[in-house]
Amino acid sequence: MEDLSLVIVGQAGQGVQTVEQFMVGLLKGTGYNVFATKEYMSRVRGGMNSTELRVGSGEKKVRAYVERIDLLIPLHKNAIEHVKHRISDSTTILLDPELIDESKYTQYKCVTVPFTKIQKEIGLKFVNVYAVGVLSGIFKIPHKSGKIFIKERFSKKGDAILKKNFEAFEKGHSIGENLKDLVPEMKKDPQVVNEILLDGNQTVGLGAIAGGCNFISAYPMSPSTGTLTFLAHHSKEFGILVDQAEDEIAAINKAIAAWFTGARAIASTSGGGFDLMCEGLSLAGIIESPLVIHIAQRPGPGTGLPTRTSQEDLNLALYAGHGEFHRIIFAPGSIEQVFHLTQIAFNIADKIQIPVFILTDQYLVDSYYNVKADDMKLVGVEHAFVETDSDYKRYEYTANGITPRGIPGLGTGLIRVDSDEHDEWGHITEDMRGVRDKMTDKRIHKKGKTISEHPTPIPLEPFGGHDAETLVICWGSSYLAVKEAIEEINDPKIAGIHFSQVFPLPKESNSILTKAKKLLLIEGNATGQFTNMLKLYGNIEIPNENLYLKSNGEPLSVEEVKKFIGGAI
Amino acid sequence: MTNSFEYNMEAVAWCPGCGNFALSRILREALEELGKKPEEMVFVSGIGQAAKTAQYMKGHMFNGLHGRALPVAMAIKASNPELTVIVDSGDGCTFGEGGNHFNQQILRNSDITVISHDNQIYGLTKGQASPTSEKGMKTPVQVYGVTNEPINPIAAAVALDASFVARAFVGDMENTKKIFKQAISNKGFSLVDTFSPCVSFNKLNTFKWYKEHTYALEENYDPLNRKEAFGKALETDPFPLGIIYRNSSKKPFWEMNIAYEKDKRPLFKRKLDLNALKKLIESKKIH
Ligand SMILES: Cc1ncc(C[n+]2csc(CCOP(=O)(O)OP(=O)(O)O)c2C)c(N)n1
Ligand code: SF4
Ligand SMILES: [Mg+2]
Repeated sequence: MEDLSLVIVGQAGQGVQTVEQFMVGLLKGTGYNVFATKEYMSRVRGGMNSTELRVGSGEKKVRAYVERIDLLIPLHKNAIEHVKHRISDSTTILLDPELIDESKYTQYKCVTVPFTKIQKEIGLKFVNVYAVGVLSGIFKIPHKSGKIFIKERFSKKGDAILKKNFEAFEKGHSIGENLKDLVPEMKKDPQVVNEILLDGNQTVGLGAIAGGCNFISAYPMSPSTGTLTFLAHHSKEFGILVDQAEDEIAAINKAIAAWFTGARAIASTSGGGFDLMCEGLSLAGIIESPLVIHIAQRPGPGTGLPTRTSQEDLNLALYAGHGEFHRIIFAPGSIEQVFHLTQIAFNIADKIQIPVFILTDQYLVDSYYNVKADDMKLVGVEHAFVETDSDYKRYEYTANGITPRGIPGLGTGLIRVDSDEHDEWGHITEDMRGVRDKMTDKRIHKKGKTISEHPTPIPLEPFGGHDAETLVICWGSSYLAVKEAIEEINDPKIAGIHFSQVFPLPKESNSILTKAKKLLLIEGNATGQFTNMLKLYGNIEIPNENLYLKSNGEPLSVEEVKKFIGGAI
Repeated sequence: MTNSFEYNMEAVAWCPGCGNFALSRILREALEELGKKPEEMVFVSGIGQAAKTAQYMKGHMFNGLHGRALPVAMAIKASNPELTVIVDSGDGCTFGEGGNHFNQQILRNSDITVISHDNQIYGLTKGQASPTSEKGMKTPVQVYGVTNEPINPIAAAVALDASFVARAFVGDMENTKKIFKQAISNKGFSLVDTFSPCVSFNKLNTFKWYKEHTYALEENYDPLNRKEAFGKALETDPFPLGIIYRNSSKKPFWEMNIAYEKDKRPLFKRKLDLNALKKLIESKKIH
């Protein structure tokens, strides 16, 4: 067996998150390739949440969600019901007889583990550290490593608590050692020990820092909040000005004003928050402000499913804001792409003076895996503002539509930006035939040409089968599930293609896509937003029966991609 | 006599007799007397007649969206504290569309001066009620008279413990100038709610009306006493003119922000610390 999928299920507040955090770190630290993703309810206590941990054997990278469960750890009496549809013959359940009535689940392969009993004996509030111990025993994680993690987490809570947690870990570990034959042997890859672990939200934050971001004003909203907290956490070392905005309207206006002043700002939110930013986006359009916007998508409309995943806000990003102006939309599909494209977004926004979007989603921002630190390439901060002199004109007409951007306090020029239509100096004007036409030519036509000449940061390239007749199109976070599915199908006639820049469509889109005999497309919405974009802007038509549209809020699994491809060819 | 803050004056688009003429002249004189230079000034505005003031002031300009001047001003000052940031916008822009921004920038103690040109009406959109319009006033929308209670921006600002709260009337040039100068010099959030008549649409609150319904604060009035300030803030007929409340003991937003703890330079002058970045990436080895 090449990889294993462990799933831990429990109530919010029961410490499932702690098990995830500990285990991801411990597994990686021991040399296992690891992937983790969580699904959780929009509540702080109760409900039912789960975390999936995938462990790859040897050099097998695990980077996407699978439905399959090899080892299930239900920490609540309703936990098995919660994931029942994912249990199969290959699933082993570590069942706590005090929590769950064994006789109800005789059809499954169950092994009893006295989670609650031991927890009570030790006198701890939660079973989580004991569960970490059990898993550590199963995966032969050294005692020492577990203890380091426990110490880091619990030393502040006093010696008594620390000791109890050590004890829970040890007891779990010895039970786990006896259970290790429940799972096939996983091989370690010593390389992995030195790799880093990041989730999507942290990576947006890290990419922003590496892109020179030093200003964030944001209003908390799941699932984007992690980006804000990451930047807040590192505000001191990097001198980042962090402001919890009064609302998203303020947040985007502040971001634009920060750019005006020469800072680099990100507006980070989810779809509903971005709705409030639309007028601000349009402001950026007319004043020709650089702007970087992160939308972590979740299912709508309205409040929708606040903690679930979706790809429903592509149209929103594409069409938001009144009037006409350009934008670029990136949709990274992996942690490495998030890092790369977030950095690039800052440089491009600065250079072309337009809004640049990073579209992620709950699945991507809440998923972790190990990557090589060297794969996190630094792009370099390329500031595009200039020193001005006294006859500076903020909107001077230029051949490429871009006026070098001055900022207050650098040089002697006056920087005057105006949300009203304006002339080259930024003076309000209603001169339709003279100025309006010229400004439209500058903002729309000339700049549009400049953008179209700009290369797509990550070239559009099919992966998988070399002799492909069928091409499976995806964008954003579905990349790695599609990639894994195609690798597993391993058919020279089937390849995949991932759009990490969804707008404008990469120039080569049409020529690559028209080579395939059959096009399939997978996306996380009910109406085929990217499918329609391909039709409208790429002249590519994909019939309905070739679409896999998933909009129920669950992550896309490798299995369903395989099944869809299998059924469609 | 020319003033170094005059700018593009031939384009001025106000009705003859509009209070905004006097207000912008007083503001230019105040800046000149303070020894300010256009290059250090950022004039921020929303949208409205009052908001056009920025168009005619020499300095940097951010003419943003209706209601959104305050978040813009806040971020400009927070990104570059070396700049002096003044907001000129209307009563509708500041207390209506941008009402919550007003509250929240006061609570931050953003180091900006907000001059609300209070004509108790929506001028640019031709005479609808504003949040400061008097009860009973008839307009093309409030056909049977305004039924909302008017907002009292002075009392609101005192309640929020704003750093500097004043009321002025453009008909009283000298006092208004003094107030503007102190407001701009104050380190922290300064509000000057400035009566500035709209001669075209507000037939109730005219120059004459403001003269008759305002009075200058007594010489011995102590703006540092918050309780007394509340009392003054609640006086509405006649309205007291002058500095109603001051609390200079508070630090401005930017100074309290961790981004300025070690480095006082504007954000644009700083370089990304590559070593710190590499260390941060490395730190993700141990989860
Ligand atoms: C989002 C938005 N809503 C409405 C308007 C239309 N509008 C422009 S100015 C204004 C009111 C102006 O009143 P005030 O702020 O008091 O300024 P005044 O013109 O009286 O100086 C309105 C409603 C707008 N520009 N933007
Ligand atoms: S409408 Fe009123 S506020 Fe506007 S310019 Fe005329 S007088 Fe001034
Ligand atoms: Mg008004």
